Amino acid sequence: MHARADASDTAPNWPDDIFATLQRFDVRQVPYVPDAGHSKLIQRVLDSSTMRGIPLTTEEEGVALLAGAWTGGQRGVLLMQSSGVGNCINMLSLIPILRFPFLTLVTMRGEWGEFNPWQVPMGSTTQGVFELYGVKVLRASNAAEVPAVLEAAAAQAYNALTPTAVLLSQRLIGAKVFTK
Amino acid sequence: MSKANLLDRRQVVSALLANRKDVVAIGGLGASTNDITAAGDHARNFYLWGGMGGAAMIGLGLALAQPKLPVLVITGDGEMLMGMGSLATIGLQKPSNLSIAVLDNEAYGETGGQTSHTSAAADLVGVAKACGIADSRAISTMAEVEAFARALHDLSAGPRFANVKIDSANVARILPSRDGTYIVNRIRGDLGFQPI
Repeated sequence: MHARADASDTAPNWPDDIFATLQRFDVRQVPYVPDAGHSKLIQRVLDSSTMRGIPLTTEEEGVALLAGAWTGGQRGVLLMQSSGVGNCINMLSLIPILRFPFLTLVTMRGEWGEFNPWQVPMGSTTQGVFELYGVKVLRASNAAEVPAVLEAAAAQAYNALTPTAVLLSQRLIGAKVFTK
Repeated sequence: MSKANLLDRRQVVSALLANRKDVVAIGGLGASTNDITAAGDHARNFYLWGGMGGAAMIGLGLALAQPKLPVLVITGDGEMLMGMGSLATIGLQKPSNLSIAVLDNEAYGETGGQTSHTSAAADLVGVAKACGIADSRAISTMAEVEAFARALHDLSAGPRFANVKIDSANVARILPSRDGTYIVNRIRGDLGFQPI
């Protein structure tokens, strides 16, 4: 069971804000690894006529896919969870070498009311891993700041070829709750 | 020792690219990138020098972005084994303009010729087929290579996968540019995209 910050009868609308920004920036390819925090955005993408949602078997595939997409003239965004960032590390080397626009939206675990200790090592080092690799990190901690953060991130990724990760904090998404 | 009656990698790649027309060709990390170079430098060649395991996914992203262009990934067995999950991703997307040719010498030639999984256990054609790539072929003759080279221009029938058994002889290294930004921007320019 996945408890969200918002009550279930008022589904969060920040994924809609993200979708609108991605649409405005003409994002076409959206690779993702299935993830509860991204579930609403993934559904919006899969329902879209302009974006293609592309499920991956591992997150590093998405980095290479976005390199190919850019070579072919399309923009993309990689959706993943903090644990998936660790799966990407060597493939992230393509970003400075090929200099393609890289934007990733990362739902965070292991940083706010986490129940599962196994999520903590990667979740607590996600920002550091990105920064060591030269990926700029922006963070959204509440729903109200999501639109401005997304706008800034997409602008610098696509207009200035500045690789950017947006960390969607666990506080925003809601800690996963396991019930017995 | 090279096994008898196996194909020569340079002949295979030359045949795949001999009548390439508008094909965008992506080489895998290792000798396959050199093979593409040996067949002739080209504005639509994507030379991979790193990011091992990523060749097929670069091909998928490009193929989805340019559905009217044939996209051909030419990589090695070691590189393909590292990105084996990407065959499932490609099998799900089914880009009809994407073809993958694996040059399978059953060894990691770049690192001293250590035996790869394809020598005894892994059947990449079986994997590709089981991942939903219906046109998955095992190739052992030049006639089959030439048929595959013709097929990759049929944009209605892909994705397709070929595992080509080649000999393990070491061939001269013919090195392309190592400047990734130049390589990508050259392809983009040839496809009509301006620099940002």
